[in-house]
Amino acid sequence: MRSAFRGRLRDYRNRVPAVLLVLLSVCVLLAPLNCGAQESPYFVTYDHYLEEPGSLEVEYFSTFATQRDGNDFLSYWTEFEYGATAWWTTELYLDGQSTLGDSTVFTGFRLENRFRILRQEHFINPVLYVEYEQISGADKIMKEIEGHDVEADHADSNALSRQEHDHELETKLILSKTFRGWNIAQNTIATKNLTGGDPWEFGYAIGVSRPLALKASAARCNLCRENFIAGVELYGGLGDRYSFGLHDTSHYLAPVVAWNLPSSWSLRLSPGFGLNDSSHQFLLRWGVSREFSGFGATMARVFGGHR
Amino acid sequence: MRKPEGKLLQRMVCFVRRCETVKRIVVCCCLAAAVSLKPAVTQTSAPASARSENVLYAELAKVPAKAASRRNPMENDRDAVAAGGKLFTIHCAECHGETGEGGKGSKKGPSLRVEEVQQATPGTLFWLLTNGVVRRGMPVWSKLPEPQRWQLVSYIKTLTPAPEAGPK
Repeated sequence: MRSAFRGRLRDYRNRVPAVLLVLLSVCVLLAPLNCGAQESPYFVTYDHYLEEPGSLEVEYFSTFATQRDGNDFLSYWTEFEYGATAWWTTELYLDGQSTLGDSTVFTGFRLENRFRILRQEHFINPVLYVEYEQISGADKIMKEIEGHDVEADHADSNALSRQEHDHELETKLILSKTFRGWNIAQNTIATKNLTGGDPWEFGYAIGVSRPLALKASAARCNLCRENFIAGVELYGGLGDRYSFGLHDTSHYLAPVVAWNLPSSWSLRLSPGFGLNDSSHQFLLRWGVSREFSGFGATMARVFGGHR
Repeated sequence: MRKPEGKLLQRMVCFVRRCETVKRIVVCCCLAAAVSLKPAVTQTSAPASARSENVLYAELAKVPAKAASRRNPMENDRDAVAAGGKLFTIHCAECHGETGEGGKGSKKGPSLRVEEVQQATPGTLFWLLTNGVVRRGMPVWSKLPEPQRWQLVSYIKTLTPAPEAGPK
């Protein structure tokens, strides 16, 4: 009786961070601040556009994945993306997941920075990406696929997989170009686990997208074609330093669509399909985000920085 | 007798470990907050703000001649100004003010009603919108499709100079 109660208590305790994460996201998203957004539809690929200076974007994303030899799961993460300057964007991620028939767990956090290298637009625009991750082995958000990440990695129970703790450094070279409304972005990923002697792992992500209309309509509207951006993403692992290549790696093809509302809300949806036997067969990703322009100035006012 | 002590120790270690994670998150939040304060704090004095605006207006002269000579393909489009006005409200008003007057309170962008901007060619404004002035806080707007940037230029060119808003 007592052990059953303890077990239930432990179960609830494990869920608390994830529930708090969702509640925090909802509270922030509902806060009455203003602004506008033109978000890319990608979930994995980054283009070269950074957050506007002083703006905070709060994003909630979810991924449902089918799992062979294990339970399907729903992973989720909240991003707080802040435009520190026009050439530097910094982000905090909080990750969690629920595995069906298992448990809900908070799986860690990530701190990300993106730096625009060149002052002006060029034929190809490079952006440097540096991220520190402190996550457990139960993390399943699949924000990027690298090294030999395969479906079987997610088959273990949460109790087992969360015992593993990773400190990772992740770097990306983002190359992106927008031409006649088409955005083409390519990311090269290199990741190093700082805790063990694991080798550098590599991955890639490629995205192409375009708004459904290039001209804006004169009337303010939610369903105008220019508010929708559609595209496709291709992403996967490229092995590691000692076994570079496609052997024992997973790859996904995912159509993406974003709906940017004039009220500064954005919705995104992406069904993803595994391209080989090592990949999850199906992923369904969705997300909602809201941009708060002038967040930096608001904070400065709150703390008496300026009038 | 040792068992409860062991459990207590285990719990304490677990708690401390959790605290480490919490500490790291708090440090990250503080860093972000510190960064968020910086851009606004740097604009406290009026002379500094005026200097910053002049530097931004000076960027208009740096636009390559070929780009500056481009004509606005939307100049005969009857809806371009209205559409540009809508885009302005969504993307630009936060920094440049609802009517392009700029520079008040948290609105940190320069006025777009001044002579320097109104006398600039459409190609010049289009080039600045496309490339931004990244080191001075104006972001790149090439994520807006080209026709939308021209619509914005059409709208900006309709802004009439405010009586007190002359060159500084």
